[in-house]
Amino acid sequence: MFITSEFTTARNLFPYTDIHKWLSYGHDGKHPGCDEYYFGRREFSFTLENDVYLRYKSFKSVSSLEHAIKSCFPYKIDIGAVYSVDPDKRHAYSQTGTNVFTPVERELVFDIDITDYDDVRYCCSGADVCSKCWPLMTVAIKVIHTSLKEDFGFKHILWVFSGRRGVHCWVCDPKARRMTNEQRSAVAEYFRVYKGNENNARKVALMGYSLHPFLARSYVDFLKGFFEGELQANQSIFSTKDKYDKILEMISDEDIQSELREKWEKSANRSSLSEEAISLVRWEQLKNTLQSKKHKAPTLRMCVEEIVFTFTYPRIDLEVSKQMNHLLKAPFCVHPKTGRVCVPIDPNNCDEFDPLAVPTLSQLIEEINSGGSKMDVDDDDDDDDTDTSLLGKSIKFFRSSFLEPLLKSCKEEIESSYKTKIGKSKDSFSW
Amino acid sequence: MEVIRSQKRTASNDVVSNPKIPLYLTAPPLEVRLEEFELFAIDRLRVLKGVSDGLARGKNPKEMDDVVDALWKEHMRHSDASEMLNKDIISHFVIRLVYCRSDELKKWFLSMETALFRHRFRLRNFEAQRAIVGEFGLPYKAVTGAELESLKERLGQVVRSLGQISPSVVNDICCVSVCFFSFLSFAVEAVYYKVPFEEVPDLVAGRRVLIQKGHAFVAGSQLVSLVVTQFRSHISKALILTNRKWMTTIREREKDRLTPIVEALSTTYVGPDYSQSNDYADISLKDIDQVSKSSFPLCMRHLFEKLREDHHLKHGGRMQLGLFLKGVGLKLDDALAFWRAEFSKKVGSERFDKEYAYGIRHNYGKEGKRTDYTPYACQKIISSAPGVGDHHGCPYRHFSEDNLRAALGRMGLSSRGMEDVMDKVRNKHYQLACTLTFEAVYGTSCDVGINHPNQYFEESQKILKSKTPAAPV
Repeated sequence: MFITSEFTTARNLFPYTDIHKWLSYGHDGKHPGCDEYYFGRREFSFTLENDVYLRYKSFKSVSSLEHAIKSCFPYKIDIGAVYSVDPDKRHAYSQTGTNVFTPVERELVFDIDITDYDDVRYCCSGADVCSKCWPLMTVAIKVIHTSLKEDFGFKHILWVFSGRRGVHCWVCDPKARRMTNEQRSAVAEYFRVYKGNENNARKVALMGYSLHPFLARSYVDFLKGFFEGELQANQSIFSTKDKYDKILEMISDEDIQSELREKWEKSANRSSLSEEAISLVRWEQLKNTLQSKKHKAPTLRMCVEEIVFTFTYPRIDLEVSKQMNHLLKAPFCVHPKTGRVCVPIDPNNCDEFDPLAVPTLSQLIEEINSGGSKMDVDDDDDDDDTDTSLLGKSIKFFRSSFLEPLLKSCKEEIESSYKTKIGKSKDSFSW
Repeated sequence: MEVIRSQKRTASNDVVSNPKIPLYLTAPPLEVRLEEFELFAIDRLRVLKGVSDGLARGKNPKEMDDVVDALWKEHMRHSDASEMLNKDIISHFVIRLVYCRSDELKKWFLSMETALFRHRFRLRNFEAQRAIVGEFGLPYKAVTGAELESLKERLGQVVRSLGQISPSVVNDICCVSVCFFSFLSFAVEAVYYKVPFEEVPDLVAGRRVLIQKGHAFVAGSQLVSLVVTQFRSHISKALILTNRKWMTTIREREKDRLTPIVEALSTTYVGPDYSQSNDYADISLKDIDQVSKSSFPLCMRHLFEKLREDHHLKHGGRMQLGLFLKGVGLKLDDALAFWRAEFSKKVGSERFDKEYAYGIRHNYGKEGKRTDYTPYACQKIISSAPGVGDHHGCPYRHFSEDNLRAALGRMGLSSRGMEDVMDKVRNKHYQLACTLTFEAVYGTSCDVGINHPNQYFEESQKILKSKTPAAPV
């Protein structure tokens, strides 16, 4: 699948300095309050060509990271947690006593994969993705991003294309990095609405008399509009019997199901409308019927919302978020099956993101060969407006929207906690 | 805490019926008789074991409040309030010493003491609860004035989203002055605390609080979450320190006096964890299909059937079934052969060796940090969250009614037996449903109640072997 020579280019284009700056979180050794060993305690893992998987790799500096990657030839690089001691020296420490090998910091991460939506997308399935179903990822980003900022107060959030069919999210605030597994699990559960597998029919059950404010805001600001607009247009979820049967099964009242089923079977042949128009008409009919009958049972109270949530609400992979020691693919890797670079996505402009237009490794190689860009993106020019290459735009975005504000706030934190420490020790010397 | 011979203690004027809940922050300077050292601990262990049983049987919070109340009265009560408080404190510290000595024991102790604390707290009135919150020294303030006004609408939404408020919930809302409001309408409570969301993970997970800019707005009636998190965190740290002290000084110093008592106490109460299979349950690969039909509980049967059907299981299923099989007596080599035979039909044996064999060896403690993992108990399985493409979890909880009936039908349940089981399921008594299934399938009663899949398997094997001793069952 992957040709070694092509991947050599990938390894040369990988932004080592930027990644190192990010993961050092300001501990660059230039301030007395810096922890110069911080970067060295971060776990990386490499997946090599024969599916050989190397864990617990750690590096003291950006040059040793770069050297290792260029000599081991990994085709996938994962980032793990920052541990209490260097991962590659972990065996030197016993498991009891004060020097236990344990994670101490890790970004709060989320992984959303479009294959988890296979039961609600009709255009593709499995590893495929297209312009009709990718909007599910877009709306997922909007819902989760808004909540991370507004509800949890996080500020330093990086969204990355996973290279083929999903997105990853890295929350890098200090508070987020220090969260315990229990707290991560709590946030993941807060985001969880869909509880489905093939064994249950009603996969979204919204109990109570109203939606929680987070769900209400998501519904009003993003989900409703997406369901009634783009989703209907792309997927026509009521247009055929197979499709609408699935939705009718979510209504827990048999009478209402039959009523609608009969109505739609009758109108099936008579209509000259497009698939999309039929879908919209039926949706309106369903809403009106439920509205008039919702007092019949508590499970009908929010049936309309349940249907919308089933089709549109984000489905995150809970296990990825819950544990500090879970590894996640590094941004700017190249996906071995698609050749696409895992570029950052701007959450404020995610409607513009097109997964099928993301630069591939072949495109990058061609660009280099035709003299269109520098071979080495790995330099420190922050204001390099002349770099309009395919990858240059992504790197620039990474630096200006994410890395710079993050480093600024990290340095402020290092400085202020240093001052506090100095202040304290000064007091202890007072006579 | 000094252990000595007989001493008289002075009485105090505390009310016996509404005793203080100590926080066990530091070992108090009390004197304990040697006999009391052991007796107090045994009484407390009875309480903790009762809590453990109640949780395993899937009792809801209100039922657990009653269980704890009854257990405490039976084993820890004393006519003199200060005697009762002393016994409470002393017994906690003794058990802490006993249970700090391994990860398994620590985990059990932490869970049970936290649950005990949670329900004792819930049984107190609002004033007493506020006093306990105060004792933790938490810096969180009540939200007032303009801030509270601006949040009121959304706080109301949170209250309404939590569903119908029924009369039984009135007991949970311990603030007497808003009791009537809450009973009759979905009113916002009078008191809310502004707390960092990290302090109340269970409220966040259940979307039971409004969260804004990193702060959770915790109602007076939800204080229990806040203090339980604090309590748990404190006990967890204390266990580590206690273990260190035990290993470095106490064990040696007390080897002729306390150490034998401490070591004996720990073996008294850890329930079987099925990590070492016994003679009943050594199965071989050739028997496994038959045994799955005759002795597996529904959860494992389903996973097994799906594995045979799809030649694949996702991670949750591999863990749940894999560890169960280990507990049932499947040796590592047989396990590897078994999973390889299935998975290679779908992904090929090479991919199996690369991607899945490690995980199986890991379960048997042959990789990574070499922990010999124990098979999941019902409580853990019931609280798991099977998602898209998953087949693990507890069928009594996670299956739709139709699918569950079909599965029970395949197990051979009559329609009457099935109704009894479905009735338990509707009332969320999943383990009782499984127990009834067991009783229907084997035509015998199971008084103890199922709380572990391996227990179901062992009990089933006992019955079958007693009927036909020679043939493989």
